[in-house]
Amino acid sequence: MTDNVPGMGENSNADEVLIRPAGGPMNVVQMAEGPQPEDFEVALESLNQWQIAWRRFRRHRLAMVGSAIFGMMILLAIFGPIIWPFDRLDLKPVAHSGGNPPGWMQDPRTLADPFGTDDGGRSVFVLTVNGARLSMLIGVGTAIIAVTIGVVVGSFAGFFGGRVDGVLMRFVDLMLTIPFLFVILVMARFFGAGDPIVLTLIFGLLFWPGLARLVRALFLSLREQDFVLAARAVGVSDTRITFRHILPNALGPIIVSATLLVASAIVTEAFVSFLNFGLKATDISWGNALSNSQQYQVVGNWWWAFFPGMAIALTVTAINFMGDGLRDALDPRARE
Amino acid sequence: MRDLRTYFHVMDGVVRAVDGVSFSIMPGETLGIVGESGCGKSVTSLSIMRLLDMPPAEIPSGQILFEGRDLLTLPDEEMRKVRGNDIAMIFQEPMTSLNPVFTVGDQIAEAVIEHQDLSKKAAWDKAIESIKAVGINNPERRVKQYPHELSGGMRQRVMIAMALSCDPKLLIADEPTTALDVTIQAQILELIREVQDRTGAALMLITHDLGVVAETVKDVVVMYAGRIVEEGSVEEVLLAPKHPYTEGLLGSIPSRGKRGVRLNVIRGTVPNPFNMPPGCNFAPRCPYAFEPCGPNDPHILDASPPDVACWLYTAAPGSPTPPRVRPRLDLVEALG
Repeated sequence: MTDNVPGMGENSNADEVLIRPAGGPMNVVQMAEGPQPEDFEVALESLNQWQIAWRRFRRHRLAMVGSAIFGMMILLAIFGPIIWPFDRLDLKPVAHSGGNPPGWMQDPRTLADPFGTDDGGRSVFVLTVNGARLSMLIGVGTAIIAVTIGVVVGSFAGFFGGRVDGVLMRFVDLMLTIPFLFVILVMARFFGAGDPIVLTLIFGLLFWPGLARLVRALFLSLREQDFVLAARAVGVSDTRITFRHILPNALGPIIVSATLLVASAIVTEAFVSFLNFGLKATDISWGNALSNSQQYQVVGNWWWAFFPGMAIALTVTAINFMGDGLRDALDPRARE
Repeated sequence: MRDLRTYFHVMDGVVRAVDGVSFSIMPGETLGIVGESGCGKSVTSLSIMRLLDMPPAEIPSGQILFEGRDLLTLPDEEMRKVRGNDIAMIFQEPMTSLNPVFTVGDQIAEAVIEHQDLSKKAAWDKAIESIKAVGINNPERRVKQYPHELSGGMRQRVMIAMALSCDPKLLIADEPTTALDVTIQAQILELIREVQDRTGAALMLITHDLGVVAETVKDVVVMYAGRIVEEGSVEEVLLAPKHPYTEGLLGSIPSRGKRGVRLNVIRGTVPNPFNMPPGCNFAPRCPYAFEPCGPNDPHILDASPPDVACWLYTAAPGSPTPPRVRPRLDLVEALG
């Protein structure tokens, strides 16, 4: 096993520690009569599934970069608006109606307006930083709602099977036949009125069916596992088996799809806002920045759309890398 | 257990996996159930534990009396208390019968907490104690380990520890050594026999390995196609098999005494479960089959002497005297 990972010097040593207990020779020694070499055992380190996954995740370079960027975006969403508050009324003169281009285009040494300004002379940098808050909130909020509903529905369907499964899954099928874009746009227009919380709820309520299917499939396969039968044989109750035995085993794929849900919710928010169906035009989000920058149709004010757009692209890519790394790390079949 | 029948309703019809099986085990006694794959051994044990999914399984008739109570009519909640507490089970696959995300101590303690009014701490101590009792060294360390850190033999010891943690009155071991390598098999069998002796529990050992039976139990039941074909003490059944099927089984074991001699093969295959022969299930493969075997179905309950279901020994309807052909004794001698 260690031969497969050249250049992983320090980790491969740690790995050998992992392999040993399953390997056999130690256990034979264990069972032998006579004095036991207790010192021999001290080298063994108990790692649970999550520690092993973390070990594997750390080795996934892109995923580490992705998580670093995602972490930065989260910090930016929390603290950015405090450090660089956005003041809608802080207007400055602009060169033309599309706003001023980034400062460094005139003078490479200046730090003023690194992302240019909007039509009112307000910094696009500050706009982008402040936009992170709503975009991330909607992304994470959607994922939380969708995962909660998806896990509950999926685990009920998967564990109980039969009629419960039939009814729930037909409902999921129904949800998936609804033309997604159309419903989002209509619902956002009718219930949304530009409220980010309502928008998050709408996304969450529309995003869960895929996850419910995933969870159901996981449960269907896990409930046939020997350890579930063994748990039933010692008299563990159904609810306990569902939540204590099956759910923790299904957590890996659920976490992976939750991260990917964050990414798709951010993109969805951007385009719904871009089409003016989402947040109020005065709210600050990345999607709104893209939308507002188009209003004047000024050829050449690329910075106003480019930097918020880059923020979306960067975040979504980072999350996807992170999800990719998580998938590899949490896959029980993948052993380096 | 009286006249147990377990049928499976599947797409192509009804499979009579267990079709009228009766036997009894007294406290402290050991009973082996032998038969080839698919003869209904495991289904019998899962029926006792009521661990079969219904549907597709159905138990149309029969009684499983345990300390005067019929397990088949107990309410689910009562049955759950019986599982693990009164009747415990050891499974075939130690590699997959433990939940990979919890430490072995957690899993044993869980079984204890389900049935005994103990604190977490007390249950944990009990887990350590029971792990010690199955001959695992350094139990305080082992309880904190995850299943993947243990070898197959170790895991089977843990499964035994879990089964014994609540001092069951009946221990069902379903092919407990099949998945282990030969050196470990002997140790595990020795362990099972020893704990059975120590706790005074009744043991029901299910296996296809006649060698395992010979070493471990006192009485044997031989099953074929969902029926008991022969029963008796180990010595009787293994040294002087009466039923042609038992004889065939014994003849197909390689042994030192038979070096260079062709192994006996039981002709044909197990009958199609959807289309059982009308008379004796074994008749199409039986070397001694004669007229009564085709139309008449021998049943061990009607047999006299009452330990073998075969027309060779019991007078068939229409043919007043059984021919009493002794099975080929040369085979028995060759086995030693």
